Amino acid sequence: MATTPLNKGLKAGARKKRRLYLLVTSLLVLGLAIVLVLNALEDNIRLFLDPTEIVEKGIKPGQQFRLGGLVENDSFESHHEGNIMVNKFVITDGNESLPVVYEGLLPDLFREGQGVVAEGHMNEAGIFVASEVLAKHDENYMPKEVIDSLKKRGQWQEGEKGGTLTPKDKNS
Amino acid sequence: MHKFANPARFMRLSNIVLPWITGLTILLFALGLYYSLILAPEDYQMGNTYRIIFVHVPAAYMAQFGYGVIAVSSAIGFIWKHPLADQAARATAPIGAAFTALALLTGSLWGKPMWGTYWIWDARLTSMLILFFLYLGYIAVWQAIEDQVKAAKIASIVSLVGLVNVIIIKFSVDWWNTLHQPATLMRMDGPTIGGNMLIALLLMIAAFNMFFVAVLFWRIQSLILQRRIRSLRLQLGGGLG
Repeated sequence: MATTPLNKGLKAGARKKRRLYLLVTSLLVLGLAIVLVLNALEDNIRLFLDPTEIVEKGIKPGQQFRLGGLVENDSFESHHEGNIMVNKFVITDGNESLPVVYEGLLPDLFREGQGVVAEGHMNEAGIFVASEVLAKHDENYMPKEVIDSLKKRGQWQEGEKGGTLTPKDKNS
Repeated sequence: MHKFANPARFMRLSNIVLPWITGLTILLFALGLYYSLILAPEDYQMGNTYRIIFVHVPAAYMAQFGYGVIAVSSAIGFIWKHPLADQAARATAPIGAAFTALALLTGSLWGKPMWGTYWIWDARLTSMLILFFLYLGYIAVWQAIEDQVKAAKIASIVSLVGLVNVIIIKFSVDWWNTLHQPATLMRMDGPTIGGNMLIALLLMIAAFNMFFVAVLFWRIQSLILQRRIRSLRLQLGGGLG
């Protein structure tokens, strides 16, 4: 800070202290402002809604949004209609679940018990028509051999790790 | 602190330390790559595709670490007026920007086959892109303002304002739901990766960190030399031409 009329009479040490306080207070005020802004925008920053929220909010058919959750076990089926692959499955959050239909190729990580995020809208029949399906990868890394031997001993259930809902997916 | 704030002393010290840091960087990269590409086993879901984390995660750490270095140096420069702190902050910016770009690029390349998309505007990816723009903005401030003292002051304020974004990046995956997965290493209940995979990742992070320090020292040295040339020219009355 240059010597302004305000701090002209101050010694160098006092000016340093003044700059330090100025910096700390401005950062605190800025931080508070950002916290308030982020809080206000929370709904817009979140990437997807889970089935419970869809049911609670009563979203109208035709409205575009992203739906996220786990692919329910034993719910996935797909067949060809001409050249198009038609996939049907159920997305669940452990509380509510919604049937989904999607035409197209699914990502590599897609499988039952896996987290997915689908973009689309509800139709009149209460089915979510997805225009895009993305697979969510979880934070777990495991050697293939370990899983293979666990499977051999029957101690591994598909979707056990990859399918665990993290707390924030459930309630935030 | 004042002892190291002297540019001449920094030149002497860094010249002694640099060969060691460079050697350590090469050693860590050799070890890290051996672990990442050969010793670490395939992942149970992604096979070999997961190996990109050995570049992606260290790059993303360095992107944020770099911003932290800029912010701390800027605060020191702003409060105590150490010329070396300003130069350190300035020298860090392009390195941090490059690591941010690398993290974004590797993440995008992995995202296509795994998620099904190169890009999504979720909180983690968006805040990382903002970090990249903050770096560019910070570099632009130094380029745009002729008066170096003024440039240092404004750049330091810009960098400190942007510091909040680093906190947002870290917690974005916890505060909001995102497509990007939560942290694997830095979590309360310990890492969710183990064995040689974990060793490989830690070695690569150490290697990236050493590389970062080496490049930073080179850049600070060259900035100090540039300033010296400039002031010599001014003394000789030849202007900047």
